[in-house]
Amino acid sequence: MADISQMTQETDPAKPTLRARLEAMQESDLWYSFRSHPSAIFAACLLALVALTAILAPVISPQDPYDLAALELWNAEIPPIWEEGGQWPYLLGTDTQGRDILSAILYGSRISLVIGFASVIVALAVGLSLGLIAGYFGGWVDNVIMRMGDVLLSMPFILIAILISAMATAALPTGLKDVLAAPILIFAIAVPSWVQYARTVRASAMVERKKEYVQAARLIRVKAWRIMLHHILPNCLTPIMVAATLNFGLAILSEATLSFLGVGMPPDQPSLGTLIRIGNQYLFSGLWWIVVFPAVQLCLIVLSVNMIGDWLRDALNPKLR
Amino acid sequence: MTAFLIKRFANAAFVMLAVALLAFTIFRFFGDPVEMMVNEQATQEDRAQLRERLGLNDGFVTQYTRFVTKAAQGDFGISYRNQQDVMVLIGERFPATFELVLVATILSLVIGIPLGVITAVYRESRMANALQLGSIVGVSLPSFVVGIMLILAFSVSLGWLPAFGRGQTVDIGWWSTGLLTPSGRAALVLPALSLSTFQITLVMRLVRAEMLETLRTDYVKFARARGVPARRVHWVHALRNCLMPVITLTGMQIGNLIAFALVTETVFQWPGMGLLFIQAVTFVDIPVMAAYLMLVSFIFVALNTIVDVTYAWVDPRLRDDTATAGGANG
Amino acid sequence: MTIRTLLLASAALAGLSGAAAAENVLKWGANRDIGSLDPYSYGDSFTINVLNHVYEGLVRYNEDLQIEPALAESWEILDDKVTWRFKLRDGVTFHNGNPFTADDVVASLQRVSHETSPLKGNLPAYVSSAVVDDLTVDITLNGTYPLLLNDLTNIHIFDKEWMVENGAELPTDIGSGVEGYATYNANGTGPFIVESRQPDAKTVFVVNPDWWDEPQHNLDRIELTPVTSAATRVAALLSGEINFTNDAPVQDLPRLDAAPNVEVLEGVDLRTVMIGFPFRDTLVSGEPNPFKEKAVREALYKAIDLDLIHQRVMRGKSRIAGATVAPPIPGYVAELDTLPGYDPEASKALLADAGVPEGFAFEFNCLSDGLVNEEQFCQAIASMWSRIGLAPKLDVAPRAVQTPKRTNGKTDVYTLGWATLPMLDAYSPLLQIFHTKEGNSGVFNWGGWSYPELDALIQQAGQELDVDTRLGLETQALQIVKDEMIMIPLHQQPMAWAVTNEVTEMPLFPDNKPRLWFAQVGGQG
Repeated sequence: MADISQMTQETDPAKPTLRARLEAMQESDLWYSFRSHPSAIFAACLLALVALTAILAPVISPQDPYDLAALELWNAEIPPIWEEGGQWPYLLGTDTQGRDILSAILYGSRISLVIGFASVIVALAVGLSLGLIAGYFGGWVDNVIMRMGDVLLSMPFILIAILISAMATAALPTGLKDVLAAPILIFAIAVPSWVQYARTVRASAMVERKKEYVQAARLIRVKAWRIMLHHILPNCLTPIMVAATLNFGLAILSEATLSFLGVGMPPDQPSLGTLIRIGNQYLFSGLWWIVVFPAVQLCLIVLSVNMIGDWLRDALNPKLR
Repeated sequence: MTAFLIKRFANAAFVMLAVALLAFTIFRFFGDPVEMMVNEQATQEDRAQLRERLGLNDGFVTQYTRFVTKAAQGDFGISYRNQQDVMVLIGERFPATFELVLVATILSLVIGIPLGVITAVYRESRMANALQLGSIVGVSLPSFVVGIMLILAFSVSLGWLPAFGRGQTVDIGWWSTGLLTPSGRAALVLPALSLSTFQITLVMRLVRAEMLETLRTDYVKFARARGVPARRVHWVHALRNCLMPVITLTGMQIGNLIAFALVTETVFQWPGMGLLFIQAVTFVDIPVMAAYLMLVSFIFVALNTIVDVTYAWVDPRLRDDTATAGGANG
Repeated sequence: MTIRTLLLASAALAGLSGAAAAENVLKWGANRDIGSLDPYSYGDSFTINVLNHVYEGLVRYNEDLQIEPALAESWEILDDKVTWRFKLRDGVTFHNGNPFTADDVVASLQRVSHETSPLKGNLPAYVSSAVVDDLTVDITLNGTYPLLLNDLTNIHIFDKEWMVENGAELPTDIGSGVEGYATYNANGTGPFIVESRQPDAKTVFVVNPDWWDEPQHNLDRIELTPVTSAATRVAALLSGEINFTNDAPVQDLPRLDAAPNVEVLEGVDLRTVMIGFPFRDTLVSGEPNPFKEKAVREALYKAIDLDLIHQRVMRGKSRIAGATVAPPIPGYVAELDTLPGYDPEASKALLADAGVPEGFAFEFNCLSDGLVNEEQFCQAIASMWSRIGLAPKLDVAPRAVQTPKRTNGKTDVYTLGWATLPMLDAYSPLLQIFHTKEGNSGVFNWGGWSYPELDALIQQAGQELDVDTRLGLETQALQIVKDEMIMIPLHQQPMAWAVTNEVTEMPLFPDNKPRLWFAQVGGQG
């Protein structure tokens, strides 16, 4: 009951509560566990490095791969620098348009990370709010939201994403297509993934709302959203965090898969999947560097995300320890 | 139980109607069907006639009802591209996908279960750690990258296995199988491996987690105390307790495997439904896309319903719950 | 289902007797599938080319691409100048055993020229046909028309009885929601018989033992498998899963050439790759259209480094073109085949003269499944144009997506490849591309231009029976096309086929059409 009085008096009690929880988590198991897991440290460092180089891509990459005027066909198909015929500054060689592979990978990673991250955020935002609403209010609201979820879950993830992406691309005029390519993908990946969060939160909300303190809070007219935000949400943060991390890896994979299938990022703003798709055509032409380097980078990113997610799940689930 | 069953089937029917609405929306509103069908010389009058004949001027509800009625009878119209009955096209391709998914599922169980047991039983050993790391690598490798690498290694460099197609097939009635000929079996190896990579790691991780829990139960402790050999405890007593979730997962994942087969089928040019779908996407062949969506969703919903009903039958407590469709989704 | 039963039986038989190993099988990996077994249902040259192994026309091209008799033995133009009389070959039978007669020709011509036929444009001058006797047919045209034989090379003859039995007298019409029997079944007079077909997976042809012509091939079986991915096609060829492809990716030719078991057959296609401009008042964006100024079109032309594209994108395998038709095509003259010279500075000056010194944005529409390395040369050209200050928006997508945009004027600049098939005459692009869009003319005039003096020349050529006069008129018309830069030619694209050493004979034709009735496979059994 102390919680409620606090809530009604303070203007913004959410942050301290959350922060306190996180700090407590760090002090206890999590931080210790992280430090004692070399693979988690390695993955975190790797991911940080990839993220940093991706953010700094415009500064550090030798070429702007999106600037058509900067591409020089004469510089096409240069092998990596350590191979015969390699040329400075094309460290990892160039593709068939004279695009520097290293720059393309840095920019491509940026796209992959942004799409992955944004789609998780969008799915989280939608999933958490709908889940809270469904669980807290119940009744027909719950029914409508959860039936929507059922429908989405009755179609395979990758199929929904392909359909949304392909349909949006087919329907849009060319001018908008380039600009909206990334948002479409974010949307396409977020749509099928919000349900998982919504279900988790809903279950927790249904339990909590029956508890006395929530009933009491209702009686003294604490606003619904405050109860949801301050009591129900923090209770299910742990599984949500793990799911979000693992979904981040999955989202990056999905983006790459869509782009590989040709319904993702266009060739003039290539993501890693697009680069692999293009490179795949030259698999037998001796131009292995066009496909291998982007593939390695993609695998490294997803691997590091998954290692962190895996560690997080184990660390937060005491049963497995 | 009857009430539960009715509720569960009503729910499944509702989901299918919603999927049909989605498929219909795609069918009707993306890419004008008339523009897709007529050739370049067609006049405005031809187009108007065709529009009328296809019933595109009717109201939304009328058209949707017609779509659902026809879909329920397996009539999805004619492919814009192949000018063939869509259901015939998909029916011809179904065996290829089914065999691929079947073999991939078997592979995932045959490889995944032992690996899961090993990593759980010897969980501090170096091998278990390596396997555990390997399983993370397994889920992190995009299946198209796995496919490309397999082709590079086993087809191009070593020349051991074919890189594309189904090899020679034999028709048994309407079912064409590649399992009865040597070339058909050889052609199946790489695609099935590539498709099952993800599933193997999934099974392995699930078995590991379940085993770890089971190993802590009194039941196993008693068995040990009774002097049953460790090997027997692990591989018989403990494993038996883990199998139910594995079977559930496998059942639920079949829908996902069918969907994910489209990536594998693209890489290996495997003539299944997925390749048909991807080609339909490329050519905006909307009747095929709509039919594929409906079919895969139907398989998905059917499997989920079966799993739910089985569980409810086994465990009556679940019957009055607000059980919902769906489940593990990747 | 009969085909399936047959297949099952033959598969079982093959398994028992080991006959399959002794057969001469051509395993053909194509880059795409045929659209249907009905050559009239799909206005697409690849489908027609493949089905030419099953169906035949009254006349055909020989190995030197000269017209020779096929199902017709001889022909003459009657005194009225508009009726052609064909004497048909005696003793020809269809695959189902029915004899070939004049009735079949009339029924086929009616079918292909039916108003719902997608191929009616391939027979533009046809009015009617009539049976004179069992082996004589009269075809009446709408005027004097010099190119009927060229058109007839690709008009395949069906068996009337078979069509009537199976209700296939009309071309397939997806609009009516009824599939044609001919979509799944075939019955022609050609050197091969369709044994089975699974769309997008495999189509099997077996040799026709009763073919009327002396076979020059030794094939027992053709298995056509579409392998859309270029890399997979190469892998399949290297590993021997296919022994012939009519589309070996140019970038992989060195690799294929180096392989001990593969031989590459190269040549230059008749297909001229061109870029077309919009002549409408506004661009897709709604802005005024600068391309109506010839100076702007010239600026874009001069900004393209044709040699660089030839060397890098086409790997030196293409032929740089200055004319809109290839040298072997009647109507081509060397004087028209001159290049503008790569000069980006001049381009900038031209843009400034035209009042758009700052450049402008426009859409550039390319196909991802169209011409040889189209995606790559489009990207390269877009990059060259952006260097003179323009802002091309590259729009690459499959043909099925792009064609509606192109035909409905929903794009600005676009690519087009034209091989003049099946006519093999400069009249083909003049009538279909450069003529004003009206009726059956200017069907591919996607830019919407109209030059009355050009139209007049084309119409005159279309009625001129004297070959030299007609070609002179065509040359004059092509001169206007070149001077006005209605479309700018880039190159004739390379064609590359590849065979494994199982295939001992595979003649390559400049029209890029596989004629497997000339192919030989070394007996492996």
